[in-house]
Amino acid sequence: MNKLLTVSPSPHVYEDTTVKRLMFDVIIALLPALAFSIYFFGMGAIYVTLTAVVSCVAFEWLIQKYLLKQEPSVSDGSAILTGLLLAFNVPTNLPVWIIIIGSLVAIGIGKMSFGGLGNNPFNPALVGRVFLLISFPVQMTSWPVPNGFNTGYTDAVTGATPLGVMKEGIDKGDAVSDIMSQVPSHMEMFYGHMGGSMGEIAALALLIGFAYLLIRKVITWHIPVSIIATITVFTGILWLVNPESIADPLFHLLTGGVLLGAIYMATDYVTSPMSVKGMWVYGIGIGVITVLIRVFGAYPEGVSFAILIMNAFVPLINIYLKPKRFGEEVNNG
Amino acid sequence: MLKTFTKGGVHPAESKYSADSPIEKLPLPKTVSIPIAQHIGAPSKPLVKKGDKVKVGDVIAESAGFVSANIHSSVSGTVTKIDNVLDSTGYRKPCIIIDVEEDEWNKDIDRSTDLKKEISLMDKEIIQRINQAGIVGLGGATFPSHVKLSVPEGKKIDVLIINGVECEPYLTSDHRLMLEKAEEMLVGIQILMKALSVNRAIIGIENNKQDALEHLAGLIKNYPGIEVQALKVKYPQGGEKQLIKALINREVPSGGLPLDVGAVVHNVGTAYAVYEAIQKNKPLFERVVTVTGQSVKKPSNFMVRIGTPVADLIEAAGGLPEDAGKVINGGPMMGKALNSLDVPVIKGTSGILILPEKMAARKPESNCIRCAKCVSVCPQGLEPYLLNKLTQLEKNDILEKDGVMDCIECGSCAFTCPAGLPLLDYIRLGKSRVSRIIRSRKQ
Amino acid sequence: MSTTILFTIISLSAIGAGAAIILYFVAQKFKVYEDPRIDQVEEALPAANCGGCGYPGCRGFAEALVKADDISDLYCPVGGNETMATVAKILGKEVEAKEPLVAVVRCSGSPEHRKQVNEYDGASSCAISSALYAGETNCQYGCLGLGDCVDVCDFDAIYMDEETGLPVVIDDNCTACGACVKACPNDIIELRKKNKKDRKIYVSCVNQDKGGIARKACKVACIGCGKCVKICPFDAITMENFLAYIDPNKCKLCRKCVTECPTGAILEINFPPRKVKEEKKDASKEKKTEVSDKKENDSSTQNK
Repeated sequence: MNKLLTVSPSPHVYEDTTVKRLMFDVIIALLPALAFSIYFFGMGAIYVTLTAVVSCVAFEWLIQKYLLKQEPSVSDGSAILTGLLLAFNVPTNLPVWIIIIGSLVAIGIGKMSFGGLGNNPFNPALVGRVFLLISFPVQMTSWPVPNGFNTGYTDAVTGATPLGVMKEGIDKGDAVSDIMSQVPSHMEMFYGHMGGSMGEIAALALLIGFAYLLIRKVITWHIPVSIIATITVFTGILWLVNPESIADPLFHLLTGGVLLGAIYMATDYVTSPMSVKGMWVYGIGIGVITVLIRVFGAYPEGVSFAILIMNAFVPLINIYLKPKRFGEEVNNG
Repeated sequence: MLKTFTKGGVHPAESKYSADSPIEKLPLPKTVSIPIAQHIGAPSKPLVKKGDKVKVGDVIAESAGFVSANIHSSVSGTVTKIDNVLDSTGYRKPCIIIDVEEDEWNKDIDRSTDLKKEISLMDKEIIQRINQAGIVGLGGATFPSHVKLSVPEGKKIDVLIINGVECEPYLTSDHRLMLEKAEEMLVGIQILMKALSVNRAIIGIENNKQDALEHLAGLIKNYPGIEVQALKVKYPQGGEKQLIKALINREVPSGGLPLDVGAVVHNVGTAYAVYEAIQKNKPLFERVVTVTGQSVKKPSNFMVRIGTPVADLIEAAGGLPEDAGKVINGGPMMGKALNSLDVPVIKGTSGILILPEKMAARKPESNCIRCAKCVSVCPQGLEPYLLNKLTQLEKNDILEKDGVMDCIECGSCAFTCPAGLPLLDYIRLGKSRVSRIIRSRKQ
Repeated sequence: MSTTILFTIISLSAIGAGAAIILYFVAQKFKVYEDPRIDQVEEALPAANCGGCGYPGCRGFAEALVKADDISDLYCPVGGNETMATVAKILGKEVEAKEPLVAVVRCSGSPEHRKQVNEYDGASSCAISSALYAGETNCQYGCLGLGDCVDVCDFDAIYMDEETGLPVVIDDNCTACGACVKACPNDIIELRKKNKKDRKIYVSCVNQDKGGIARKACKVACIGCGKCVKICPFDAITMENFLAYIDPNKCKLCRKCVTECPTGAILEINFPPRKVKEEKKDASKEKKTEVSDKKENDSSTQNK
């Protein structure tokens, strides 16, 4: 025998899942939604996505190599994913320079300043998105009207999203049943024919991605189901009490970032709880805060804020909601 | 619906290459090195010295306390020395080295091969005989069996569980034993039932051993009180706590023993050794060892005398493959990598696994991404990512509170971690530090 | 000024003043009496909080010093005799000057002397490797080279040499706090007397195997032949389990044992090089004095 024997502690065999594979699986799951967005928004969608992804990867590489003096780890795919999710959260007519600022904040502040992948307490894409929303409120709330490849880029014709129309109408005092004629039908919203960001429009595409993630065992069902269930129940109760002052639960699920947030943002490994009990509390929290902001708050959309707020609670959730240990209750079967 | 344990578990590839290889007797080696510490508990005290002549089955080292075991010679010949030899612990440990001359057996051993079903001894005598025969848990834990059978005052046992699960990939020694020595094993189980004064025994077998399940199901009608239960294939079904949970739905409390829930667990190999000890007066000096691996020419199951160098087994299985990267004593999940091929086979050696070079290196390591996969697979409900970090930060009091001593070291966490973190390495270190603290507290 | 501003200023000032008065009385009532000398002693300590004194941090040590009647057993290795003298003056107690100590790595098993026979692929920690098996060589006592000692040093006084795979102590930075001694699972590092000009003579081996086995595993191992024990004029060397040990308190640095040792296991550090004798022994010694030359800023080693 010419080569030396290898000695290491057990176990000696491993599953072949790697961090890279998991990140790329999420990117693949987002491709249907990307396809739908390009179909509805044309070149704007392509420009925004490309800018966000390239700038996120570039910033991570530059910061790791020159500021932190480490081996750049961009090949693990997490920067690409952050860029893609950031692009999904902004209007497709957002100018390039604003997107680049968003990427810098998302990667630089949201991820690298805490120590890189695995150490950030807040979802980096959402940190970038919320920063942009608060710093550039006008550009971040002018949503292009979808018109296929005729939509144009920064010169696109803009209009309000269904959520925006609903919120304005209710604030004015209109009855919900009147407002419903001004927004797309539920079926149209399911297929994606509505205004909004790339990640908000196509519920069908996002659900296809969800199925893919579950089959590949990338995420478990607990967080998305708890968020969706909470929003349904909460808006359902309010709607049953007074159907004219709030839209129906299905409307709330199909508009805004609920599906994107529930399936892709809240399930981000680094910023979500580690036990099933914790995941339920996390999901219910996000659902409650989202509805509170949408119904009683000033913003029409609350998912990003809800997720960031619950991210802050995750360390506490991890300390108090630990998984049940084997043998905690003695069962005499 | 097949029974299984409810928490955690992983599905490594089964790779049971040697499942259809019948047990062969391995030819006698030239010398054997028998370590005096092959079991949990105090190392045995040697009774022989240089120059003594021994026969097969003679006692060569005696038990050094209650939790200890006798050791018998597995060959006939002359004791050449008692010296430190590299063994499977990775260190040089005291061994009795015997030069093999012929194959003369101690005359008290009954060498006939016919099945003896009648059990003439009483329960206390059975336990004593098991103690004398040096029988220890042959599943790999090597816990002295007479200690397990000595139920302390106040504990009531109502079921004997027999572990025929063999959940470790690659290993097939228990499988072949159940196929080829089924009736002897069943008599052994009856002996154990008598020793414990229970009238119910359940043999748990994983569903990937259909032939063994059918064979035993056909035989148990002649053995009242013994049941056979098929279990879902999931690692670590063979862990005793997980096995008890799956078969009778009782959870052994944290820090407790199976005794606390009224059960005692023994391996099928131990049951067979008990049959030989009680019915044939044969002490424990040989056992079935699987030799297997992707590139092994002849994956086999051998009946091996204790103390045979591992190199002899590898030779008999077709020689060391060209691309051998790691040689493991045991299975791939919990076995111990060897640093030399001259280490002796001991009572706890259930298999020798040779992994090719491309499987020998670990996954490249990166940061923990907090994916919680380790939490979801841990059969004990622990949080491996947290125990790993706490050990690195040396926070031993929090480690104890978070249950590090409950870890059964199954390796599911490190098996599944996408970032390739050496979780189990650090958790073991944490366990050793905490157990030292607990021991010093008791004094 | 409008009434709003005036009202705001008055009300906030009143709240501030009220809070200050309440806090003053509460602080007085719940004041914990601490011997003021503890603060004074803590000032004098080096504030490294390394635990080398055996107490939790410098504050803990200060409390112990003030409480103890006799402080001659208490010693701060980082501050050394100077600090202890200052502390003694503050407390009006007596201390004796202690010999300064330094960490010494007692293994020379580099790949040149000690052949590698397998490859370790586990976690990078000596504690984990030593719990698993005897290491990558046939010497089960020697240095594992994974750097637990380097990780634990608070003073940047020890680093891992890339070529030899062994730790090297930087004498000037070492405070003899003992952290590396505790961290090494094979008990290779020892605190020995620092001596004038940082000179040291010690057996650079902890192998307790019989001579033949030790020698086969490592060319510069101590084989337990006993020649050093016989030659020492001061009875400073003892032999146990085939391993020689030089008592630093008895050794007078006469260098006789260094020449006697057939394998070169005994090292002399920071001594002037000898006149030419046998080639083999000189080679290993010259290497050592060369290496220590690089690490020493002192001009104590002069080539004659």
